[in-house]
Amino acid sequence: MARIAGVDLPRDKRVEYALTYIYGIGLSSAKKIVADLEINPATRVRELTETETSKIREVLERDYRVEGDLRREFQLSIRRLMEIGCYRGVRHRRGLPARGQRTKTNARFRKGPKRPVAGKKKLKK
Amino acid sequence: MGRSLKKGPYADPKLLAKVEGMNARNEKKAIKTWSRRSTIFPQFIGHTLLVHDGRKHIPILVTENMVGHKLGEFAVTRLFRGHAGQQVERRTGIK
Repeated sequence: MARIAGVDLPRDKRVEYALTYIYGIGLSSAKKIVADLEINPATRVRELTETETSKIREVLERDYRVEGDLRREFQLSIRRLMEIGCYRGVRHRRGLPARGQRTKTNARFRKGPKRPVAGKKKLKK
Repeated sequence: MGRSLKKGPYADPKLLAKVEGMNARNEKKAIKTWSRRSTIFPQFIGHTLLVHDGRKHIPILVTENMVGHKLGEFAVTRLFRGHAGQQVERRTGIK
């Protein structure tokens, strides 16, 4: 029943790890939140008291950018790069790596699955 | 690695002086520059700079969003027309 920052509700996990299910909260920020609020990190989400949950909610609201807001920010910064026509923006438009990685081989994550090149036929023995 | 904050952003002093001069006299003229390594300062907004790409100068109209980037980021140095015999490639880009 812990519904924090939108749709996230992992139940049987320790709070510090459960918090990482929120987009924008990694293990370090999760541990920090738990420590700052003086919640025992070993408590399971379902054992959290009402006050604790609301405190977590409050902190997330105030100090962190999570979920939709964070995703939007991310999208906007990429769009900005594309609009000003700089090199990184061009790489984003083309769907190629933007940080100077090699593209002769690899870069499969950005380029997607392999597309075979026509014209290279194997010789028959 | 980024540049030390202590030193602050860099722009070619000559180019910076030219732009400031133009701002003081309130004129707008395109400036040719080879200094691709210069950071775009807020003073540059609204000016057109001709940035060298190794062969020719590419006109770049500086807008507010570009501040903080380097001039060279806007003048691509590589010319890639696609591989031989390549079909018109389908766009994989986002939007």
